[in-house]
Amino acid sequence: MKKAIVSIAFGLTASLLAAGSASAQATLASVKQKGYLTCGSNTGLAGFGLPDAQGNWTGLDVDFCRAMSAAIFDDPTKIRFIPLSAKDRFTALQSGEVDVLARNSTVTMSRDTQLGLDFPAINYFDGQGFMVRKKLGVSSAKELNGASICTQQGTTTELNLADYFRANNMKYEVVAFATSDETFKAYDAGRCDAFTTDASGLYSERLRASNPDDHIVLPEIISKEPLAVAVRHGDNQWGDIVRWTHNAMLDAEELGVTKANVDQMKGSDNPEIKRLLGTEGKFGEAVGLPNDWAYRIIKHVGNYGESFERNVGEGSKLKIKRGLNAQWTKGGLQYGLPVR
Amino acid sequence: MNTAVDMSRFVRSEKIEALPPPSLTRGPLAWMRENLFSSPLNTLLTLVVAYLLYVIIPPLVEFLVINAVWTGTDRSACRAETAGHPVGACWAFVIDKINFFTYGSYPATERWRVNIFFVLLAIGVGWLLWLRAPRRDLGAIYFFWLFPVISYILLTGGNVSLGIGFWSTFAVSGALLVVALAAAAYALKTSIRSAMLIGLGIVAVIGITLGLVSINWGLEPVPTSRWGGILVTLLVATVGIVFSLPFGILLALGRRSKLPILRMASVIFIEFVRGVPLITVLIMANTMLPLFLPGDVTVDRLARPLIGVALFASAYMAEVVRGGLQAMPKGQYEGAMSLGLNYPQMMAFIILPQALRIVIPGIVNTFIGLFKDTSLVSIVGIFDLVKAIESSRIDPNWAAPTIGITGYAFAALFYFIFCFGMSRYSLGVERRLAAGQKR
Repeated sequence: MKKAIVSIAFGLTASLLAAGSASAQATLASVKQKGYLTCGSNTGLAGFGLPDAQGNWTGLDVDFCRAMSAAIFDDPTKIRFIPLSAKDRFTALQSGEVDVLARNSTVTMSRDTQLGLDFPAINYFDGQGFMVRKKLGVSSAKELNGASICTQQGTTTELNLADYFRANNMKYEVVAFATSDETFKAYDAGRCDAFTTDASGLYSERLRASNPDDHIVLPEIISKEPLAVAVRHGDNQWGDIVRWTHNAMLDAEELGVTKANVDQMKGSDNPEIKRLLGTEGKFGEAVGLPNDWAYRIIKHVGNYGESFERNVGEGSKLKIKRGLNAQWTKGGLQYGLPVR
Repeated sequence: MNTAVDMSRFVRSEKIEALPPPSLTRGPLAWMRENLFSSPLNTLLTLVVAYLLYVIIPPLVEFLVINAVWTGTDRSACRAETAGHPVGACWAFVIDKINFFTYGSYPATERWRVNIFFVLLAIGVGWLLWLRAPRRDLGAIYFFWLFPVISYILLTGGNVSLGIGFWSTFAVSGALLVVALAAAAYALKTSIRSAMLIGLGIVAVIGITLGLVSINWGLEPVPTSRWGGILVTLLVATVGIVFSLPFGILLALGRRSKLPILRMASVIFIEFVRGVPLITVLIMANTMLPLFLPGDVTVDRLARPLIGVALFASAYMAEVVRGGLQAMPKGQYEGAMSLGLNYPQMMAFIILPQALRIVIPGIVNTFIGLFKDTSLVSIVGIFDLVKAIESSRIDPNWAAPTIGITGYAFAALFYFIFCFGMSRYSLGVERRLAAGQKR
């Protein structure tokens, strides 16, 4: 009896896997046939994915999905956003419930190799940072010896903190709380000298402080959190579309092509711009898109720099510096691969 | 002498003013003495409670009303350094976001459809709950059939494409159902004609429902991923309540049935569902279910928790109803049988009306619990009211120290109004239905 059950279970699993891989091969075709893209998004993270007062989704990750929709449909609104919690984000992608997952997910080796996922585009380099009060007179994390530090319990944040202080041979005192809300409240009330979480989070938390200008974010980043867009493993064409959507936005910024001047740039003599905007060569066709795919992205969404400034940078309330996310020409890590 | 005679004949022509009762037996002082300070223990308790109220109420009023901010367009209105005074609750935030809290991401131009849904829901609830309302039988048809169908068409846009293949399958299975019912009636030696009529009725109702849903009404389709806020909260609660009562009654009857398979199935279902927390049911439905289904089969993300909540509530309701059934004296069953009533008649006319009345507090208690449990769907990424508030809370445009508390205070107020309303209503119904037992 037991044997029978086990074999039935195996049979079911096998048939499910077969069905899964069959559907994985043709994401672009199924998206075109449905007429919209399903995009797994955060249930709410300031600057990355958040519904506004009218219920429209905004943010850096959201812009990425809009760029894909623009490339495929020439319309940035043909998307259904599926808000996913941290727990169900990867299963939703694996099961085919979402076509692409743009939900500030850190790439790690285990996620890349064991979950059946690919992370073709890192659209934000994040990392753990510190915030302190200005009047503490500290300008570097190296000066935090003996400080009390507020952090969230049981997260990698707490472990990174321990590693960093041990590596630098410094003493510290942890004041840990269950939720990020409590943690920040405690810091704001003066329970500890410094507050630590991912750098992008520090900026949005700072806005909530009773006096935001009293706090500064220290320049040190003590962990690597490359936040990437994920797709299912096995559909290479779809992965290519994600990768080149990101690269097109980076290249456009590097070449000075913006939402405002893209039509004008179409007449440019620069061969790189010509290839990018599809006036020369047939680069779109190779990934199943029309040749003006990148033009559509820039026209509807803008280049990477524009999206960054609008959602998390100077044009937003968060005012995050480009830092690691600056173009490689300006000392950052964002390096647009050439279209040729 | 004369005066004495006069005195004896004296009759007062007007009533003398009664003396006021001693101040310690009437009036506020007496009330306090009797109710608050009647014994040393009570005095102590009164003082403790009064102190607690003194500690809690003034800061609460100060936070929610006196220091509250009512107008403003962004965070500067709700920050002490820009507003120029200590800031309590930031109601301006709730006012600014109220559309998102009510409709979620439902397209702005289509929100009239949600408003009509709210009105239809209010009509249905009022019709059924107001005991002296006219034609409550029609009200039941409206609430349990017409209202769900209209709401479905309104909210989703209808226009479900079923295809000819589906209709032919439907016709065949409908015919099979009628034949099966007729055969069952023949085997049980009851009226074949009425069995066939019942079968035809069921098929017709389902057919009309599907027909209405598949008509193109010219409404723009709105996917459920855009629904949110109070709309979703009320939807989950309504579906849970509407399904749990009939299913709960059926399960309770099934559990007390003499047919072993039916009984075992009911027991297993009830005990299994009661044995797992609602949150695991929801996570199972929203996270695990897609992995079990083949790639091209999907169940709507909102429908999954709806089904989960409805099944969950049914199991609890079944146990409440079973409590009522067990409280019925055996004589009621015997009396009904001696009148020659068959099982459905006995249940419908004798047992259930009495049993359900006994368990009204339990039923309403389950409803109230269910209404509040709907907030758990926020954990699986459904944008109900709580989730809408949580995601608005982190909007950088409104980042201020009291935003989170204000949002949750609004949610508390919303849930309190509904739950308190249900509780008061059930008290009223209990009192009315128990009128016959008062002497």
